[in-house]
Amino acid sequence: MNEIIDGFVQAFQLIISLDPEVIEITARSLLISLAATAVASLVAIPLGGLIHFREFGGKRGLITIIQTLYALPTVVAGLFVFLLLSRAGPLGFLGLLFTPTGMVIGQAVLIIPVLAGMTLVALSGVKKTISDEIVALGATQTQAILTIIKEARFAIIGGIILGFGRAISEVGAAMIIGGNIRGYTRVLTTAIALETSMGNIALSIALGIILLGIAMVVTVALFLVQER
Amino acid sequence: MNMHFLSPGHRGMVMFLVTLVLGAILISGCTTTNPGQGGAQIPPTTQSPSLPPHNGQKLILATTTSLYDTGLLDYLEPLFEEKYGVDLLITSQGTGKALEIAKRGDCDILAVHSPDQEKAFMDGGYGINRRCFAYNYFIVVGPAGDPAGIRGMAPQEAFRTILGKGKAGNPGIFFVSRGDNSGTHSAEKNIWKASGYNYTSEVQRSGAWYIEAGKGMGETLQLASEKGAYTLTDEGTYLAYRGKLNLVPIIEEGDLLLNVYSVITVYAKNQPVEKITMANNFVNFLISPGIQAKIGEYGKEKYGKGLFIPMNGGCMRFECDCTTPASETTPSSSFPSLSSR
Repeated sequence: MNEIIDGFVQAFQLIISLDPEVIEITARSLLISLAATAVASLVAIPLGGLIHFREFGGKRGLITIIQTLYALPTVVAGLFVFLLLSRAGPLGFLGLLFTPTGMVIGQAVLIIPVLAGMTLVALSGVKKTISDEIVALGATQTQAILTIIKEARFAIIGGIILGFGRAISEVGAAMIIGGNIRGYTRVLTTAIALETSMGNIALSIALGIILLGIAMVVTVALFLVQER
Repeated sequence: MNMHFLSPGHRGMVMFLVTLVLGAILISGCTTTNPGQGGAQIPPTTQSPSLPPHNGQKLILATTTSLYDTGLLDYLEPLFEEKYGVDLLITSQGTGKALEIAKRGDCDILAVHSPDQEKAFMDGGYGINRRCFAYNYFIVVGPAGDPAGIRGMAPQEAFRTILGKGKAGNPGIFFVSRGDNSGTHSAEKNIWKASGYNYTSEVQRSGAWYIEAGKGMGETLQLASEKGAYTLTDEGTYLAYRGKLNLVPIIEEGDLLLNVYSVITVYAKNQPVEKITMANNFVNFLISPGIQAKIGEYGKEKYGKGLFIPMNGGCMRFECDCTTPASETTPSSSFPSLSSR
């Protein structure tokens, strides 16, 4: 119990004292996971839209696969990207293993299914009557689609928040692809794993509290965007 | 898509996406900046222009958790970076994983502690210039009450006693193994072998007494402490963790408990020769007298004793090389893999 209290005290001290290493790790976590969320959004939201608005054979099966991949273990996503980026792998010539860019790719792979799936859910949630109505009012197909997207945007942003949350909290892919290199690929979650294995329990809890703190800031920021 | 069709709500989302993309561009920009500069323990003078400029060369060192978690490499890193003007990137992985990464060509240097695995690695032609640079001892720790009564025994005899009493179903006799193919796990397997057992058929899954953690040293120690079990640990991690554990050193002597750390330049066919030369610089750095002295001093302040004993050129009894300057840039022709062709 004392260690949890110590953790809160230490988190407070680290934030107040602006410890340069903690700030650096926090900023890196935030940048990598935001970038991964951006990349994943650019792929997954149009993908979700395409699947929703087009009719094709195997659509139900594809949706099932996407939803199954919600459960993609972070270590497996990490290993998959590790094998791609390793010097012995197909993309080895890029030299991206053990780099922040590699970590962005890993986290993006991890959250694309969640984001695509949430986009599908969001679009399906728009009442059929709305699209029927605007078509009846003489809207073109493009206009109808954009109206549906507009109606669905809250739920899509909800999906983005969920994806960001999964990205910034995961440790498996970050550890395997980034390698937890100090000053280069060390992020909050891998730092927590290291400090725990070194026995610095209070510091681990402190870093966990900081992680939750920045997750809250990002969530609030996205809500503000949504409110506009 | 007609942009004017976008409602204010859409614009919000578009702006948000743009922000995210800018973030992505920013982060890719970040990858080209000098890493290794932000650490709290690294003095700001590492950025001063009077030092050799970082030439952008990155050298990846894959090492083991027991070596890294003591903080030794973080302590040596700025000294090496200042001397050679490179970025030393250290990833700590456990010996099995570190060797695998090296075989795939994903790192430039190895610092590990598993002589058998290292020899197989060298025989495969994956490495050059293997030099031992420090050693310490594994210790068997357990509950202060010593339920199996092994205090004072040689490691082999102690392991036989724990196994005998554990298999016989004596309550309260447990042994926690790393179970993760790490250097410490290899050392444990060697002791079982020397005790006369076949590890896979007579030790693993032979009863509730033998617990395979599959975790790092710190977590394994905590598990052993919770269970009141014995375990094999490197001394450094035990000292770092001691205050949180209900475990005391039970056995600290025996040749099989010797823990030798080696550094190896990773050799890959398409590796640029500058990389290999720089990796060799690191090997020479570790075995140089000045750094050997620093390795010997490390941890004395915090733990009351040094965590590592430097070779200081005297490694005859370990059957390894700790003095020859690392100069090879390709595997020598005496390699079995090459000469057997």
